[in-house]
Amino acid sequence: MAAASMEGKGAGRDSTEPRPTRDSRSLRAADVTAAERNAGAARVERRGARWRHRHAPAVFAAIGMLALWQIVVAGFAVPTYIAPSPVQVLQVFVEQGDILWLNFWPTLLEAVAGFALGNSIAVVLAVWFVHNRLAERAFYPIAVFVNTIPIIAVAPILVLMLGNGYAPKIVIAALICFFPTLVNMVRGLKAVSPQMLELMRVLSASDREILWKIRLQSSLPFLFAALKIASTTCVIGAIVGEWIGSNYGLGSLIIEATYNFRAPLLYATVILGAGLAVAFFVTTTLVERRVLKWKPGAVF
Amino acid sequence: MTQGTAAAVVADPAAAAAISVRELSVRFDTEAGGVTALDRVGFEVPEGGFVTMLGPSGCGKSTLLRAIADLVPIAGGAIEVFGRTPEQARRARDFAFVFQDATLLPWRSAVDNVRLPLEVGRRAGQVKQHAEAEELLALVGLEGREDALPHELSGGMRQRVSIARALVYRPRVLLMDEPFGALDELKRDKLNEELLRIWRETGTTVMFVTHSVPEAAFLGQKCLVLSAQPGRVREYVDIEFASPRVLGMRDTLEFVQVTAHLRGLLEEA
Repeated sequence: MAAASMEGKGAGRDSTEPRPTRDSRSLRAADVTAAERNAGAARVERRGARWRHRHAPAVFAAIGMLALWQIVVAGFAVPTYIAPSPVQVLQVFVEQGDILWLNFWPTLLEAVAGFALGNSIAVVLAVWFVHNRLAERAFYPIAVFVNTIPIIAVAPILVLMLGNGYAPKIVIAALICFFPTLVNMVRGLKAVSPQMLELMRVLSASDREILWKIRLQSSLPFLFAALKIASTTCVIGAIVGEWIGSNYGLGSLIIEATYNFRAPLLYATVILGAGLAVAFFVTTTLVERRVLKWKPGAVF
Repeated sequence: MTQGTAAAVVADPAAAAAISVRELSVRFDTEAGGVTALDRVGFEVPEGGFVTMLGPSGCGKSTLLRAIADLVPIAGGAIEVFGRTPEQARRARDFAFVFQDATLLPWRSAVDNVRLPLEVGRRAGQVKQHAEAEELLALVGLEGREDALPHELSGGMRQRVSIARALVYRPRVLLMDEPFGALDELKRDKLNEELLRIWRETGTTVMFVTHSVPEAAFLGQKCLVLSAQPGRVREYVDIEFASPRVLGMRDTLEFVQVTAHLRGLLEEA
């Protein structure tokens, strides 16, 4: 009966409310017309100008500090083994690039594997905790305890247990990622509005349906906040792991360069490690932007 | 604005009760001890009827609605929805609930939010009959906004989406808990008029909680007035206006008399 009567729909469409789509649609159409194509180019230009306006100070400041560093080191004749000049560091990248890259890949691999392992376990555990109060009460305090042990103290234990290969480094990187993700994910999974849960009850939805349809999605802003932290700490974890017992990787290169007073190589290694962490962070941010197109944190 | 073709399902007073509540009591345990929210409440809602519920704040209007929806346990008495207990009725998808907030999933488009009830629940995938989500969005006046995300819609539009979502599995009863309470007066008027049209076109039984006297009088064929602490039925008022009701009728003497009567009951309550 309703299907037939619904044909008389739209009788009372109101015109008082704003209809943003209509505007944006005509805008989209306008983009396509050849006459307006210049406007699109101008917009790109404007965006470039805004980018320059926003980031130019940081770029100039960085260049200024590097120049100052160069001047101080050269002017006061600081020995290279105490502090190399930026130019000397740059020379390492050019002349000893092969050593740097050879040691870069293992660290990258360990960081990525640790990131994946630590965060996966944290997410699975968070889902378990949210559905099982007893499990949360039993294991949450243990997770907190493990997190309070300094990573530098755990590392030797893991090397003893897992040997000298990739395994201990991956585990250390995973361990350092694990805790922030666990805490955030538990909060995120619980951050569903009580009203949404009542709606799901009225619909007689199962816990599994609530998890897949509601909780996991609404926890994503929390998860990404944690992943951004993890994206830089997993590199630290891998490097610390390599310090303890390894003859490859950026961590081992740092130790080697330090003991041999090869300061330019040390600096170059540190910069490469930092670059890895930044690249990881930027990647995570870009993925977040793609995944969270809906306004994060907003609840309706 | 009503079209003559719309199959006007006007409730027959002799029709079977859609909801029947007998001697209903609801108690809450608080730290200070038990609080009786509802005390021996009894009334019936005829099938296809539109009943509004009024009462001072804290009188348990929402609690009553939530007890019918199986969201609140009852301490005494009985509730029947088409002869079933609230739990059975919930599992059979006899009723839908519209909250004060639209309660939409922010990552789903309007049309996907409307489809949500078809994807969850015991009968998911085997829902016997359901309306097309696009048709329902048109019914609530959101044609062309199917793909909009909730944050791109105004508050009134979001509430329209939530009404469409409630109607998607063709519930026999629509339970509405101050659905327009957060909207400004103009939007509320507009949505009131459209709700009446939707009610006539779908033939759904509606129970509607509000604290606005004009809204209760304009929408309801009957108005259940509750008194506070503990919640009891003050009076179950019949409201008879010519159908279809239009907003302009609120200026008539008839209408003012009804609202004056309701207001009087509220003040005594």
